[in-house]
Amino acid sequence: MTAHPTPLPADRAAPVSQARTVLEVENLSLSLRNADGLLPIVTDVSFSIRQGEAVALVGESGCGKSITASAIMGIAPENAVIDGTITLNGKVISGLSAHERRRLCGRHMGFIFQEPMTALHPTLSIGRQMTDTLRHNLGLGHAEATNRAAELLDRVGIPRARDILKGYVHELSGGMRQRVMIALAISCGPSLIIADEPTTALDVTIQAQVLDLLEDMRRELNLAMLFITHDLEVVGDFCEKAVVMYAGDVVERGRSADIVGAPTHPYARGLIDAVPAHDDGRTRLTPILGTVPPVGQWPEGCRFAPRCLRADSKCQTRPALERHGQTDARCWHPLEGN
Amino acid sequence: MLRYLGKRFLLILPTIFVPLILVFLLLRLSPGDPAGMMLGDQATVEQIAALRNQLGLDQPIWVQFLLWLKGIVTLNLGDSIFFREPVMQIIPRYAGVTIMLTLVALLLAVAIGVTMGLLSAMNRNKPIDRGVVTTAVLGISLPEFWFALLLIFIFAVTLRWFPVAGYNPPSAGVVAFASTIFLPALALGVRQSALMTRMMRSSMLDVLNEPYITTARAQGLPESKVIGQYAMRTAAMPVVTVAGLSAGYMLGGAVAIEIIFALPGLGRMLVEAVGRRDYPLVEGGVLTISLVLAVLNLAIDLIYAILDPRIRYQ
Repeated sequence: MTAHPTPLPADRAAPVSQARTVLEVENLSLSLRNADGLLPIVTDVSFSIRQGEAVALVGESGCGKSITASAIMGIAPENAVIDGTITLNGKVISGLSAHERRRLCGRHMGFIFQEPMTALHPTLSIGRQMTDTLRHNLGLGHAEATNRAAELLDRVGIPRARDILKGYVHELSGGMRQRVMIALAISCGPSLIIADEPTTALDVTIQAQVLDLLEDMRRELNLAMLFITHDLEVVGDFCEKAVVMYAGDVVERGRSADIVGAPTHPYARGLIDAVPAHDDGRTRLTPILGTVPPVGQWPEGCRFAPRCLRADSKCQTRPALERHGQTDARCWHPLEGN
Repeated sequence: MLRYLGKRFLLILPTIFVPLILVFLLLRLSPGDPAGMMLGDQATVEQIAALRNQLGLDQPIWVQFLLWLKGIVTLNLGDSIFFREPVMQIIPRYAGVTIMLTLVALLLAVAIGVTMGLLSAMNRNKPIDRGVVTTAVLGISLPEFWFALLLIFIFAVTLRWFPVAGYNPPSAGVVAFASTIFLPALALGVRQSALMTRMMRSSMLDVLNEPYITTARAQGLPESKVIGQYAMRTAAMPVVTVAGLSAGYMLGGAVAIEIIFALPGLGRMLVEAVGRRDYPLVEGGVLTISLVLAVLNLAIDLIYAILDPRIRYQ
């Protein structure tokens, strides 16, 4: 039907800057409806991803990264109220029905989850899960789907693909499981891959392999990739652009090299200082004081102000996301480049 | 898979023999002499002694036990003291009714339980869910005999859709059989269906929160397939467990239903045989129930192994 994971014509592998936009998220807000009314979870998130480009969505746990991804996939919780525009390959998908959204999953968007052990079905064979997807999305027959599944496993570096197809997720190692997950995500030729902390649950040695594989797939298939992570090192190495989220807000957005090298927002600075560096000889890390305020208890103005050393009375009003130097930041007192 | 089943098969032997040994001991250690009871008040001491000798009751208990073991192994359970005919001829007449009753009741319970449980889970916290949950609590709380009387009153006496009591074997024709088995099976199955409804609901709600269900959705699979195959596959496991327990309960606990609906079943036969101190018949009845239960457990294990490949390798 649509694009297959087969070698691409050369013209599709255009430089990122000229490549067409695959995903555009504009002013996405998401609230959960509960007994007390609406609970805002994500407010006013905007970013875009071009073909072949990886964009990182960075932030601490609970900042709204994963639910943003689920809103893009159209698999947000039932009680979610979503506002804003999501455009996929030039088509506005945010207004589509749940049924139409589901039809885009797999075919146009692939999803890679954090913990492949629980994200793959425990009692259905790997082959069954892959062929179900291939048969449903691409209309393949059983034999055809099985062959395609074996090719896909082969492609993600799984030896003895035919045997693995007959096996179950508990028989595989963590790295193999995530490879299967990647094969499943790319199986129906999507143009966008959303990877939700794909390496967090893996051993450090395996993490690098899985990142390399994702990188290969991205280049080979010219995929747009939304990479959800809290690991800034990965962001710098792997992603062209980054969107830093804090308490449901985008606080900084720009080229990842700029953000990692010279962040403008104090929160982004804090995230970087909290990561052990290899070369600067510091012995103590600088933590960000305090914790992320729980959903529903966000401060009125700048949501980071209570933890920010630069905060003053101005921060009682909400700053806009504006260009400061190389990046966009939501801050009254942006850091000048260092 | 075969190895797994073989192992399971060996494990059912104690399931059959432990209750039999208990019954052997219980009957012989309980007060009341069968010979005396059979011959009545008028019997002389000599007559009783002669009958005791004929039945082997004057032997030491370990000799009785060995004879009893031999009888079981050779499938010769002796003659019923009351009916004066071989136990192996009497049992099948009664066992068929009870097995049919249990199977139909189990079928009804699973059908109702799974449907209601799914309906409830799919409409979580909506009025339909609350209605189903309330009905299920009510169903669990009501005793079977009360429900049986209610069913008779509504469907047999008032609406006259079914006969009030009696039994037609399947050989009498499907309609005749169904008309006599439906009400008792429903009365027996309704509590079990309430248990299964609750189990199905909660296990489905649990499974729907599992990441692999999100994966199935994110792969674009339609909701019918996600629920019907991906979620059902794991959510069915606890329901299968409950179904196994229910079947065991219904096999042994159908006495009240059998009496109310005048069904010539094993439960009623056993109660009467115990009252008459009819040792061979009681042992035959217990042996039959143990056997059926063991086969049922094996079937449940087989279903487990089919549903969950991890079990096969343990």
